[in-house]
Amino acid sequence: MEKLFEDFSLGLFFWQAVLFIALILLLKKFAWKPILDSVNSREEGIRDALDSAEKAKLEMQNLQADNEKLLKEARLEREAMLKEAREMKAKMIEDAKTDAKEEANKLVAAAQASIETEKKAAIAELKSQVASLSIEIAEKVVREELSNKDKQMKLVESMLGEATLN
Amino acid sequence: MRRKITVKTIILLLLLVSFVTYGQEEHGHADSGSDRKSEVKAYIQHHLKDSYDFNLFSWTADSGEEKHFGFPLPVILWDGGLKVFSSSKFHHGETVAEVGGNYYKNYHGKIYKTNAEGTITYDDEHHATNEKPLDFSITKNVTMIMMVFAIMFFMFSRMAKSYKKNGGLPKGMGRFLEPIVLYVRDEIARPNIGEKHYKRYMSYLLTVFFFVWIVNLFGLTPIGMNVTNNIAVTLCLALITYIITTVSGNKNYWKHIFWMPGVPVPMKIILAPIELLGTIIKPFALMIRLYANITAGHVVLMSIIGMVFLFQNWLGSGLSFLLAFVLAILELLVAALQAYIFTVLSALYFGMAVEEHDHH
Repeated sequence: MEKLFEDFSLGLFFWQAVLFIALILLLKKFAWKPILDSVNSREEGIRDALDSAEKAKLEMQNLQADNEKLLKEARLEREAMLKEAREMKAKMIEDAKTDAKEEANKLVAAAQASIETEKKAAIAELKSQVASLSIEIAEKVVREELSNKDKQMKLVESMLGEATLN
Repeated sequence: MRRKITVKTIILLLLLVSFVTYGQEEHGHADSGSDRKSEVKAYIQHHLKDSYDFNLFSWTADSGEEKHFGFPLPVILWDGGLKVFSSSKFHHGETVAEVGGNYYKNYHGKIYKTNAEGTITYDDEHHATNEKPLDFSITKNVTMIMMVFAIMFFMFSRMAKSYKKNGGLPKGMGRFLEPIVLYVRDEIARPNIGEKHYKRYMSYLLTVFFFVWIVNLFGLTPIGMNVTNNIAVTLCLALITYIITTVSGNKNYWKHIFWMPGVPVPMKIILAPIELLGTIIKPFALMIRLYANITAGHVVLMSIIGMVFLFQNWLGSGLSFLLAFVLAILELLVAALQAYIFTVLSALYFGMAVEEHDHH
C-alpha cells in the first residue's frame, strides 16, 4: 500500500485526466457519434428493407388471393350467365312454340269460322236463289195455271203443302 | 500514391534523426553472477518506473561507457513559478539541473529540490526528505498517452470519415474496427446498461476500451511503455467511472444504498454504510485490478526474459525463452482481457445506477 502511494505521480494523473477527457470529447464528436449514427442508420435501413420485403410478400400473397377470388367469381358468373342464357333460349323456344301453336290454332279457328260463314252465306244464297227460283217457277206456274182456275187452286194448295214440308 | 509514400518516408527519417545518442557515462563494469542477478532485478524495477526521458535502449560500449539511445523529454515543474527545461539536463540522474537559480536532481525517478552539489538528505527509513516540487513533466508515460491519443484520434476519425465517403459502409481500417465497436455496443453496453440508457455511455465505454487495449498492447512492445502499470493512470480511469456512476445514479440507486428496500429496519441501518463503502470499493477494485494485472504480467515476463541471461546454458536459456514466448502470447490476451473487464464492469456499474426496479 505504501508503495502504491509512493508510486503515485500527480503529474501523470493530471496529464492522464486532461488527455483522456479530451480524447473522450474529441472522439465523441469526430468518431463515435458519426460512426454509431451511420451504423444505426444502416441497421435501420436493413430492417426497413426486410420489413418492406415482408410487406411486399404479404401484399403479393393478398393480391394472388384476390386474383384467385376474382377468377373464381368470374367463372361462377360466366356459368350463371351461360345457365341463364340456356334457360332463356329454352324459354324463348318454348314461347315461340306456344305462340306459333296459338297462332296456328287461331288461324285454323278463323279459317273454320270463315268457312262456316261462307257456308252459311252460300246456304243463304242458295236459299234465296231457291226462293227466287221457286218464285220464278211459281210465277210461270202461276201464269200457266191462272188460266185454269181450279187447277190453279189445287196446285197452289199442293205446292203450299209441299213448301211447308220443305 | 508515390507522393504520399515519400512524405511518410521523410517523416519517418526525421523521427529517426531526432533519436540522438545523447547520454554517455562512465560506469564500473561488473560481470559476476550475483551482480548479473541484481542487474536484472534493477532493470525490471527501472522498466516498471516512469522516466523523464524516452529511452529506447541502452548498452555498454567496449570502453565501459554506458550509452543511451533515445530522446529527452520536457520537464515541467511548479516551484514558485513555472519551470520548463529539457530532461537532458539531468544526464540520466547523474547531474544536478540548474534552472533559474534552483537546483533539481532526478533521484530514483523522482525530482527533488537540492543544493548546487545535489545533496539528498534521508530520514531513518532511507526516504529522501528533500522538498519535492509539483511535477507536471511530460514523462515517458505522458508521451505514450499522447501517442495513443493521436493514434486513436487518427484511427477513429478516419473511420468515421470513411463512412461518410462510402455511403454508410466501413472501408479499410473501419472494416476491422467496426465489429469491435459493435461488440462493445451490443455485448457490453446494451446488456449491462439496458436499451433505454446505453447510448449516453457509449462514448466513454468505447474510448476506455480502446485506450486501455492499445496502451496495454504498446506496453508489450520492446520499448516498453507500460502506461497502465501506473496507479495514477488506473486511478484516473476508475475515478471517471466512479464519477459517471455517481452522477447518473437515479433515485432508485440511492435508495438501494441508503435505505435498502425489502429488509427489516435494523438491517437497513447496517447495510447503509456497507453499501456506501461498496460504491467506492467497486471503482477501487477496477483501479487495482488493471494496475496489478499489467504490473504482474510485466514483472513475470521480464523475470523470465532475465532468466535467459542468468542460466547461461543452452537448455535453461532455451526453456526460458520458450516460456517467455508463451507468456508474451498470454500477455497479448491479458491486454485485451483487461480492457474488456474494465469496460464491462464500468458498464455494469452504470447499469446499476440507471436501473429501474419495478419488481418492488
